[in-house]
Amino acid sequence: MGAGHSHPLYVHAHSPTHRLAPEVKVTATVAFVSAVAVTPREAIWAFAVHAACVATAAAVSHIGPGFVLRRLLVVGPFIAFALLIPFVGSGDRIDVLGVAVSREGLWGAWNVIAKAALGATASILLAATTEVPRILTGMTRLRVPAVLTAIASFMVRYLEIIAGELGRMRTAMAARGYAPRWLWQARPVAISAGALFIRSYERGERVHAAMLARGYTGTMPEIGVPRASGLQWWTAGLLPVVAWTAAVTALVAPA
Amino acid sequence: MHAPDGFLNAGTAVTTGVLSVSAVGASLRHMRTSLADRQVPLAGLAAAFIFAAQMFNFPVAAGTTGHLLGGALAAVLLGPATGAVVVTVVVVVQALAFADGGLTALGYNVLNMAIVTAFGGYGMLVLLRRVLPDNATGVVAATGIAAGLSVPLSAAAFAVEWLFGATVPVPFDTVFGAMVGVHLLIGIGEGLISAIAVGAVLAVRPDLVYGARDLDRAQIAMRPRVGMRPFVIGAALVALLFAAVVSQFAAPDPDGLERVAEDQGFIETAEDHALATAPFADYATEGLRNKSVSLAVAGVTGVIITLVVGLGIVVAVRDRAAGRRPDADRAPRSAGTS
Amino acid sequence: MTAAGRTMRTATDGGARASAPAVEVSGLRFRYPDGHEALAGLDLRVERGQRVALLGPNGAGKTTLALHLNGISVADAGTVRIGHLVVAEPHLAEVRRRVGLVFQDADDQLFMPTVAEDVAFGPANLGLRGAELDARVDEALAAVGADGLRSRTPHHLSGGERRRAALATVLAMRPDVLVLDEPTSGLDPAGRRELVDVLGGLPITQVVITPDLPFALELCPRSVIIDGGRVVADAATPDLLADDDVLRRHRLELPFGFDPRAVARQD
Repeated sequence: MGAGHSHPLYVHAHSPTHRLAPEVKVTATVAFVSAVAVTPREAIWAFAVHAACVATAAAVSHIGPGFVLRRLLVVGPFIAFALLIPFVGSGDRIDVLGVAVSREGLWGAWNVIAKAALGATASILLAATTEVPRILTGMTRLRVPAVLTAIASFMVRYLEIIAGELGRMRTAMAARGYAPRWLWQARPVAISAGALFIRSYERGERVHAAMLARGYTGTMPEIGVPRASGLQWWTAGLLPVVAWTAAVTALVAPA
Repeated sequence: MHAPDGFLNAGTAVTTGVLSVSAVGASLRHMRTSLADRQVPLAGLAAAFIFAAQMFNFPVAAGTTGHLLGGALAAVLLGPATGAVVVTVVVVVQALAFADGGLTALGYNVLNMAIVTAFGGYGMLVLLRRVLPDNATGVVAATGIAAGLSVPLSAAAFAVEWLFGATVPVPFDTVFGAMVGVHLLIGIGEGLISAIAVGAVLAVRPDLVYGARDLDRAQIAMRPRVGMRPFVIGAALVALLFAAVVSQFAAPDPDGLERVAEDQGFIETAEDHALATAPFADYATEGLRNKSVSLAVAGVTGVIITLVVGLGIVVAVRDRAAGRRPDADRAPRSAGTS
Repeated sequence: MTAAGRTMRTATDGGARASAPAVEVSGLRFRYPDGHEALAGLDLRVERGQRVALLGPNGAGKTTLALHLNGISVADAGTVRIGHLVVAEPHLAEVRRRVGLVFQDADDQLFMPTVAEDVAFGPANLGLRGAELDARVDEALAAVGADGLRSRTPHHLSGGERRRAALATVLAMRPDVLVLDEPTSGLDPAGRRELVDVLGGLPITQVVITPDLPFALELCPRSVIIDGGRVVADAATPDLLADDDVLRRHRLELPFGFDPRAVARQD
C-alpha cells in the first residue's frame, strides 16, 4: 500500500523538460492524463496517439524506457486485476485461443491497462523531471492553498529525518534479537510507531519555535519564484492538445 | 488502494473530487482556528510521520508483512480535520512525486484513504467511547476497533463508487464482497498497530492524543496487558466470520441470501425497470438475478458510511464551536536538555 | 576560511540609549506544565558587545532561559529586557528581530527546501522583498562563509555546514544579540574551528550555552554558571575554569590534560 516510496523519482539531467517551470509541467500532465482517462476504450487509434505523445515526452526529457518500465511496477497489482477480468467478468463470452472469456471483460481489461499505464507513465515523467520542492512551488502558482503546499513542503523536508529515526529504532530492535514473524509479535513495532509520533510532534514544536524566532506570524512569506513565460506554456501545451484532439474526436465520432 | 487513472469513470472522478476538495477545504478552515500559527509545522511533521509510518512494515503471518493506512490513527492523534488534511497531503504528494495513484484518480483516492478513514474512524471512535470505559484502556480499545473498521469502511466506499463508475464488467456485489471481505482481515493489523501506538503515546504524552483530551490524570492509568496472541487470533476469527458473510456477495449465486430476501417478501424476482434508468454504471448491478438486493446492500452501505463519516464531521465542528484550547505560545516541552 | 574582514552590519540603537545593556534578566521564574521548576529567580546582565558563556549541568535551565530571551516562552515572574525593550507584547516582533536564537538542532531551523530560502525566511517576515531581500541573503551567507550552500538542500549538508547555514538564517535578521544553544554539538574538530572563527569575527553581543569548556575559554571572556534555575557563579572565564571547587560543585569538568592557566599564559 505505502511500500516503495522511499526514493523520489527525480533524475538529474538538463533536458528541456527539466528546465520548464513546474506549474507548466503539472498542468500539462494533468491535462494529458485527463484526455487519456476520457478516451473511449474502443478507439484504439487514439491510445496509439497518446502513446506517441508520451514517448515523445520521454525522449525530449532524456528518460529511457527502462527507467519508466521499472517504475511502472507500481501499477502492477491493478494490471494483474485487469488481466483477471476477462475470466470473471459478466456478459457474452467469446473464444480466445480456445478459452471462453467475456467480451466486455476483454474491453474492460484493455481499458484499465491502457489508461493505467499511460497515466502512470505521464506521472513518472513529471516526477522524473521535476524536483519535489519545485512541484510544490508549481502547485502554489496554480492557486492551491498556500497552507497545503507549506505543509507538504515541510513533510518533504523532514521525511528523510523521520524515516531515518524510524530506521534507527528498527536497527536497535533488531540488534537486540527482535525478528518478528507474526502479528502478535508486533507490539514493539507498534510502540516504536507511537514513539516516532511523539518525536515528530516535538520536532514540529521546535520548528514552530524556530519559525517564531524568525518573525513568523502565521503566514508563510512570499519568496519570489520566477513565473513561467508564455513560450513555456505553448511548448508544454502541445502534447496535451494533441491528446485532447484525439480524445474528443474519438468521443464524438460514430463508433 | 492507490487506484490508477481511468479506473472509475469521469463522472465519478469529478464527483468524488468535488467531495474531497470540499472536505479538505472545510478541514483547513478548522485547522486554522484550532492550530493557528502552529498548523504548518505541526501538520507538516505529522504528515512526515504518517508517510514514514505507511512505509514501514509490520509482520502479519509467517514473515509476510503489512502496511498501515494511518487515516484513523491520524484522526485519533490529531483530530479528524487535521488528520484528514495530513493524510490528504500524503496521498497527493505520493501521486505527484512518486507516481503512486493516478492524478485523475485523486478524487476517489483522497476520499477513500483520507476523508473516509479520518472522519469515519473518528466517528466510530466517538461511538465506541460511549460504551467503553472512560480511561486509557477505553481509548486504546476504541482506537483499535475504529482503526480496524476504517479499513473495510474505506473499501466499502470504494465499492459504492464502483457502483456508479465501474469501467469493467464486474458487478458491485463481487467488488463489495471481495474488497470488504479482504479488508476486514487487513484491518486487523491496522487496528492492532494503531491501538498500541496510541497507547504508547498516552503513556508518555497524553496531551498529544486528541481523542483522549477529555481524560484527566487519574483516567490515564496503566492499562492491563492483554495477551497478544489470543487477542490477534480472536480478532482474526471475528473478522473471518464477518468476511465470510460479506463475501457471499462475491459469489455468483448467493442462493442463501436471495432465498432469505425472497422469503421476507421485500424483493421481486422480476427485473425492476425503474432501476435500469438509475445513474449506475452499466455493469455494476449485474450478476445477481435481482438488482434489488445488491442495491439494497449498496444503499445500506452508503448510509452507514455517510452516518459514520458525518458523525466525525459533526463532532469536529462541535468541538471547534464549543471551546478552543488557549493558543498562547506554549513553552515547548522538548527544548533540549540544558 | 575565516570571517575576518567581513563585518556583519547590525542595527544600532539611537545614540542616547547606548548605555542600556544588551540583555537584562531580573528575577526570572518559570515552571513547566509538569511541575518542574526550570528557572528559580534568575538574574543576568550582558553589556553590548560582550561574549558570555552559559555553563552548567544538564537540566540547569539554560535552554529554558534562551527561549525566554525572545519571548517564545513566557515567564511566570520577573522580566527580560533586550536593550530598552521589555520582552512582551506589543514588542515581540521587534524583540525577535533583535535576538537571534540558534537552536541546538540545526535541522529544526532549516525547514525550507533550500538554504537560500531558509536564510530569506527571516528578513522576508520583516518585510524585505526583491533585490533588497537577495542582498540580505548574500550578506548573511557571506558572514558565515556559506556562499556555496545557497541552493543546497539542508539534508545533504554536513553537520558543520548545517550549523553555519542555521547561523546565517539568524544573522539575516541583523540581530543585536546572538544566543547560541550548544553550537558545537555534533561538530568535528574542523567544523568547530570554522565556527569559532565565524563567531569570533562577529561584532555582536553573544550569549553562548555550551558544555565545551575549551570552546568557552577561546570565545568568551566571561562565563556564568547556571544551576538549579539560577546563576551561581559569574566571573572571567580563565578564573572560573581554574576554580576546581566551583567546577566540581556544579558537575563541570575540564577535558583530560587541559590546563586553563597554561592557555591564559600564552595570551
